[in-house]
Amino acid sequence: MTTMNLLQAVNNALDLAMAENDSVICFGEDIGHFGGVFRATSSLQEKYGKDRCFNTPITEQGIAGFAIGLAAQGSVPVAEIQFADYIFPAFDQIVNEAAKFRYRSGDQFNVAGLTIRTPYGGGIAGALYHSQSPEAYFCHTPGLKVVMPSTPYQAKGLLMAAINDPNPVLFFEPKRLYRAATGEVPEQAYEISLGVAEVVRQGSDITLLGWGAQMEYLIEAADQVQQEGISCEVIDLCTLLPWDIETVVASVNKTGRLLISHEAPRTGGFAGEISATIQERCFLSLESPITRVTGIDTPFPLAYEKEYMPGTLKIYDAIKHTLSF
Amino acid sequence: MSNAAASKATVSNPAISNSSTSVSDASRQVAEPEINKSEKLDSSGHQLSIDAREAHQLTFITADNLVIPTLKILQDDGSEFADAAAINLNKETALHCYKTMQYIRVLDERMVAAQRQGRLSFYMVCTGEEASVVGSAAALQAGDMIMGQYREQAALRYRGFTTEQFMGQLFGNEMDLGKGRQMPIHYGSKALNYMTISSPLATQIPQAAGYAYGQKMAGKGECTLCYFGEGAASEGDFHAGLNMAAVHKVPVIFICRNNGYAISTPTDEQYKGDGIASRGLGYGIKTIRVDGNDLLAVHAATVAARDFAVTNNAPVLIECMTYRVGGHSTSDDPSGYRGKDEENAWRNKDPIKRFKHWLLNKNWWSEDEEALLLEAYRTEILSVLKKVERLPLQPFRTLITDVYEQPSAQLEAQYAELEAHLSKYPEHYPASAGRL
Repeated sequence: MTTMNLLQAVNNALDLAMAENDSVICFGEDIGHFGGVFRATSSLQEKYGKDRCFNTPITEQGIAGFAIGLAAQGSVPVAEIQFADYIFPAFDQIVNEAAKFRYRSGDQFNVAGLTIRTPYGGGIAGALYHSQSPEAYFCHTPGLKVVMPSTPYQAKGLLMAAINDPNPVLFFEPKRLYRAATGEVPEQAYEISLGVAEVVRQGSDITLLGWGAQMEYLIEAADQVQQEGISCEVIDLCTLLPWDIETVVASVNKTGRLLISHEAPRTGGFAGEISATIQERCFLSLESPITRVTGIDTPFPLAYEKEYMPGTLKIYDAIKHTLSF
Repeated sequence: MSNAAASKATVSNPAISNSSTSVSDASRQVAEPEINKSEKLDSSGHQLSIDAREAHQLTFITADNLVIPTLKILQDDGSEFADAAAINLNKETALHCYKTMQYIRVLDERMVAAQRQGRLSFYMVCTGEEASVVGSAAALQAGDMIMGQYREQAALRYRGFTTEQFMGQLFGNEMDLGKGRQMPIHYGSKALNYMTISSPLATQIPQAAGYAYGQKMAGKGECTLCYFGEGAASEGDFHAGLNMAAVHKVPVIFICRNNGYAISTPTDEQYKGDGIASRGLGYGIKTIRVDGNDLLAVHAATVAARDFAVTNNAPVLIECMTYRVGGHSTSDDPSGYRGKDEENAWRNKDPIKRFKHWLLNKNWWSEDEEALLLEAYRTEILSVLKKVERLPLQPFRTLITDVYEQPSAQLEAQYAELEAHLSKYPEHYPASAGRL
């Protein structure tokens, strides 16, 4: 074990994946010698050469299309989109091409090796175009896997699993936690299974569910209400598509209450999907309405970012409200 | 055609010119030898934006500064231009090309008829563009990947796609390699290195660059050939793909079938530059324009392009000037946007007839053989059509397989729910009734 921040954990996962398999190729804007704008790919070009770690022109659709073709050829591309806010030029390639590659060919061709990494989320004064959480758009696309780690340990294990998974995976990295989150991480290679949620904390009164950077706020809020005698079960979804329904259902059947939190705007957010499923599966166990603590339906703001963010206090307040329903 | 791309200019050598500036018009002011790149880099490797050659008088450059000739080897009557490049196409390959074009012409005619009879939902013909497709496909090695747009069924046939396989895809039934998931004409064959067709335009262009990068890394001397139309070249993916291919130095041959129309939109409403070839130069890609109805020109250009691409790990762009004689698809009626005179003028430039005359002149083909061949194709296609159209669909479970490598738990649950519903009301779902 060694202490790493989330960025170092990502870098370490890429390093080990490239060492393990010569077919792993990393590319994106500024990721070569410079190591990426956040330094997630530091030293990889020096270690593995310019053929396996290189800068691309500024063309997200080109990066995604190139990665898809490379994966179809049998290589294992790990493409970086510099900010999740800039993934939209690649939307067609990801949604119409990567996601449908295996299905439309009758399993003759696939993009099994494809992983697209991208930093997402706010809390860094990044405003509209350096803060978005676009996961829900992609969760509406059969054929993709969508993964969002919250800790250095998860980031490494989930990224290694994503790279080795035989399906195209979108890997959203919480940039607010890149350097803020530190933790013990095994030095050797390991994988954390995709599609499996992590029960971070056992509890009995309410289930708090989130992913990525929201986990920090959920745990802080759980700590605060614990002092008032409220016991929270905290679940980190880790993979949004396909999501671990059974773990959440079991928890809600136990606690009778569910709070879901994400940074993205509320309407059409992934919490809506989870709420619908949980009311179908846990209707008779529910003691109160399912609560969502999310961003509001605006573009991501700058001047009032703290007010916008679904932070600890909003979660604390929502827990109290739900418990007193 | 209204653009300068329809130029009748001939060039004496089918090999791709060594530099974007080496065209025949030596009087142009801008022609200059390529400057050694290493001399243009500063200490950090930055490529200086100012060339060694400066101008002290204000001058704009325009398309007139660069004339892109169109390579032609065969005249409309099938005879070779007197000064045409040497032809390097043996009898066996020439006949394979010819038979492939004729097969596709027959297949297209019969499938359009089948669509009109209500037996098929949809079809797209290659008519008029057969030489652009077959001439280029014939220049490849079997291990090379082909990524098509959707009108290149002739390339697939050239590689051995069978009538049963065509019909299986068109009817989307148990004989379909694609498992009945796509509309007609979305062929694909792993065995023949022909990537499954996708409806969204131009998406295959950056993918071809990526695929070719993998081929370069594998080091087996293979390349990718990527087809698209002049309409698709307006998509962002075209620009992304060509730039990526050039910057990352990949062995890919881009072939633009400039066939005059994107559904109903003519080229003069699609672009204002000199065709698509002029764009290749902007991306630093070696480029040639050929008469797409001249199989020998297309073949010669693609042979040279492949050699260059694989030897140098670099992309090549070929613009084939041709004409979509048929409608965009069976859902289209060209009489609404173009005249019969125009169509007839291009029918007279038919690539199959032109190549046939060349074969006849060489005594490699005869009218007797032709009659037998066409009759055999018609008979085969009709009999296979009758057989395959009656075949059952793929197993019902193929609805959910291959979304992921393994279906997710959610998808299995949704499938079970769907099966229960279908079992309850089978009379309302004839396609799946009795097949669950």
